[in-house]
Amino acid sequence: MTTDTTTKTPEAAAVPPSGAASASKRAAQGHRRLLTRRDRITLGLMAGVPTVLHVALVWVTALASIALAFTTWDGIGFDSIKWVGLDNFKQLFNDNPQFWPALQHNVVWFVVLILIPTPLGLFLAVQLDKKIRFSRVYQTAFFLPVVISMACIGFVWQLVYNPDTGLINSLIGANKPGHYIDWIGDPKLNLWAVLIAASWRHTGYMMILYLAGLKGVDPSLREASALDGANEWQTFKNVIFPTLRPTNTVVLVVTIIESLRAFDLVFVFNKGAQGTELLSILVTNNIIGESSRIGYGSAIAVVLLVISLIVIIPYLIATFRKERRA
Amino acid sequence: MSTVSAPVKQRTPIRPARVLLHVFLAGTALAWLAPLLWAIFSALRPYSETSERGYVSWPHTLNFDNFKNAFTQSDMTHYFMNTLIIAVPAVLLTLFLSSMVAFYVSRFDFRLNLALLLVFTAGNLLPQQVIITPLYRLYLLTNLPGITASGKLYDSALGLVLIHVAFQSGFCAFVLANYMRSLPHELTEAALVDGASVWRLYWQITLPLCKPAMAALATLLSIWIYNDFFWALVLISTGENMPITSALNNLSGQYFTDPNLVAAGALLTAIPTLIVYFALQRQFVSGLTLGSNKG
Repeated sequence: MTTDTTTKTPEAAAVPPSGAASASKRAAQGHRRLLTRRDRITLGLMAGVPTVLHVALVWVTALASIALAFTTWDGIGFDSIKWVGLDNFKQLFNDNPQFWPALQHNVVWFVVLILIPTPLGLFLAVQLDKKIRFSRVYQTAFFLPVVISMACIGFVWQLVYNPDTGLINSLIGANKPGHYIDWIGDPKLNLWAVLIAASWRHTGYMMILYLAGLKGVDPSLREASALDGANEWQTFKNVIFPTLRPTNTVVLVVTIIESLRAFDLVFVFNKGAQGTELLSILVTNNIIGESSRIGYGSAIAVVLLVISLIVIIPYLIATFRKERRA
Repeated sequence: MSTVSAPVKQRTPIRPARVLLHVFLAGTALAWLAPLLWAIFSALRPYSETSERGYVSWPHTLNFDNFKNAFTQSDMTHYFMNTLIIAVPAVLLTLFLSSMVAFYVSRFDFRLNLALLLVFTAGNLLPQQVIITPLYRLYLLTNLPGITASGKLYDSALGLVLIHVAFQSGFCAFVLANYMRSLPHELTEAALVDGASVWRLYWQITLPLCKPAMAALATLLSIWIYNDFFWALVLISTGENMPITSALNNLSGQYFTDPNLVAAGALLTAIPTLIVYFALQRQFVSGLTLGSNKG
């Protein structure tokens, strides 16, 4: 949310540094032989307590989402849970006027983030990596939106977009009745308006990830390329960018997950009204809205889960396979 | 933009290109700060002046009245306290639990290691909305009479702490496990041979060596949990119990009646994160990029 958002976001720590796993494997076996009974119990608790908490609140609930998606339930007694098969999904796909727009907006969200702020963040990182003066100051300016909460960002951009009092309409004189450009309410405009705010934040995040990636590039590569007479763009294209591969993977996964998680900003901006519906908004409205339908809400969550897993599973397999080989 | 990236050789910086780069970066940086500066500008002006002369106009009075009013009228101290009650235990507990898992997987069990890390990491990548519907029901059904004010996990600080810990510990366990694996194995091996207990290995030998990683994660977690909007929005029903970031949404309709007050209120909630960020900038950035490059 907000993940952390925010947002938040943990995916950055994705590519693990390769450790000396095989050597430590032997050491670990040595460790285990020396354990007393009490040590074993301690270890069991150390691994067990956090795992139970995590699994109960994250995985059991995720599985419950899947199970409940095929039922109706009033939420009061467990005996009122009724199996309805695919009914919830049929209703969702055929009868809900908000579902397909929401899915489409999530896709647009991702496409915009990957096409505009991500390359821009990379570009800024490359410029700031040149050992220039005031690099820190510039970095702070670009990174500031990442530190501030998405909710706060929503309010700040409302001040920019407000049709009566906002910065844009005041500047272009569109704040008089009859001349309004309604950046927040107009379903043709509001998604793009909110995407500008999201891109504003995403650029700084990508810049930091790429800066860290660039720090890991061997400087002698760059020197060799310069000696070969390559200009800056050629060096970047042929030498630097290919070595940024691990960072690019992280960036791609972070961007996809961020576009699936997008919520706070839109909720503050206009509560996900017409034009800015997102899957996350539909799930939430189903809970805090007037008529809460548990099975139906879970069905939307399952769509979100399936899309996330299509991204998460290959990514984790690749990451952990690399780790095992190391 | 592309015109600015004219060939600049890394080793012999040509002056004009450097100047151009600075002009570009300074311009972009200023444009980046513009929305925030606009919010500050609006917040510093009295509503009477802006409503009379428009928001884009030369300021006659600039003062902190809106900030003062936003702070006192909405009783913001109360909401900051709510955040504190949630964030401090959540950060400490997350670090404590995830460091224990990390210690276990990095020192003892290598078959479980991957599976366990996989479960934790994957769980952390899920969008919150995937689990919220059953979680909301679970919180409503969990009766805790006498433990929380609401008598349930729902609408309580405890509930928020638990979900923060469960959700964030995946990321922290992953980072800390990688960090601990880079520590020399002889260290714990020797202590174990000397008859030290497992708990001592963890608490007195391994943890002190993880201070840099723990500091980075603590900074990161504090800001994330402070900034959380979604969990509290759904899992807290009483406006009074909301942490500051989520409360902002209610307050903006109730107390912040004009855009200048909204600006002031929103900016006030950003101040604690900015303080933490500026004080611990290095920790924050290193936490965010931990492991994203091979290092």
